[in-house]
Amino acid sequence: MVVRVLNLNQMLHLTAGRVGGLFSRRAVVGLTNSGARMSSHHEVSDQVDMSQPMYWDRLDTPLPDRAWIDVLDSKDKSLKQKEKGPWTALSKEEKIALYRLKFNHTYPEMKKPSHEWKTVIGGMFIFFGITGLVVFWQGHYVYPPQPHTFGEEWQAKQIQRMLDMRVNPIEGFSAKWDYKNKQWK
Amino acid sequence: MQMAKHFSVKDKEAIRLLFSPLAQRCYSHGGKQETDEEFDARWVNYFNKADIDAWELRKGMNTLIGYDLVPEPKILDAALRACRGLDDLASAIRILEAVKDKSGPHKDIYPYLIQELRPTLDELGISTPEDLGMDKL
Repeated sequence: MVVRVLNLNQMLHLTAGRVGGLFSRRAVVGLTNSGARMSSHHEVSDQVDMSQPMYWDRLDTPLPDRAWIDVLDSKDKSLKQKEKGPWTALSKEEKIALYRLKFNHTYPEMKKPSHEWKTVIGGMFIFFGITGLVVFWQGHYVYPPQPHTFGEEWQAKQIQRMLDMRVNPIEGFSAKWDYKNKQWK
Repeated sequence: MQMAKHFSVKDKEAIRLLFSPLAQRCYSHGGKQETDEEFDARWVNYFNKADIDAWELRKGMNTLIGYDLVPEPKILDAALRACRGLDDLASAIRILEAVKDKSGPHKDIYPYLIQELRPTLDELGISTPEDLGMDKL
């Protein structure tokens, strides 16, 4: 069951207009106007007529709603005429040309891996780094001085008091202290 | 699918069992389960319609590819003939690409399909993507 949903790419493009960087690098294949006015060099227009059939390259939708190239020059038209005859009469180049008229990417081209992951991981690390700098700066300039109870001397006195009180003498804290030899076990 | 490696491609019946396009749509209550043969027959019928139009061809193929199965050669044969009726070679080649993609990791399926479709491909003059060098980047 093929569900006709706009993919994330297309949705982003529609709302974000001309956005540089990561998103516009993805070929906005589907967002071209069909109809006679459109040239076969598919520029991205700001407004896409969503009421018209659209083209998209999708692995799960082998035959999209319209052909890739709508406007045919005379050479293409004559090739289309030849297509009405026996296909055995077509040369390999003509067959490839017919395919390319109707479709943009072949399946292997659709499945080609991109280098986007490097951008993503790189961006991640950059943000980690920036965050690290912010945290360090904040530790230096923003945090108030530590409470006096954190100091070495105070901590030592605190531990001694806990031992004197026999805190957790069976399983826990004081159980680990050797009272006879005055050291940790 | 490790069993597939023990069968030669020519062992058609065995391949049928392994690769039979089982449409497992489970209705939770009642409803008869459609058999493989009924499914195949239904789809062959669909593409065999004499005056099938381009929209119906597209709809049929897109729906078929949406199922969790690789279509039987006889269904594809009917679809390719429908392409011929519509003077649409590009779609015929696209269909072959699509079923190859549908086979996923099971590399044996596509050569079997081409083998079964070879008479039709030759008759109609449909080149495979491999013939046209379009299976490479």
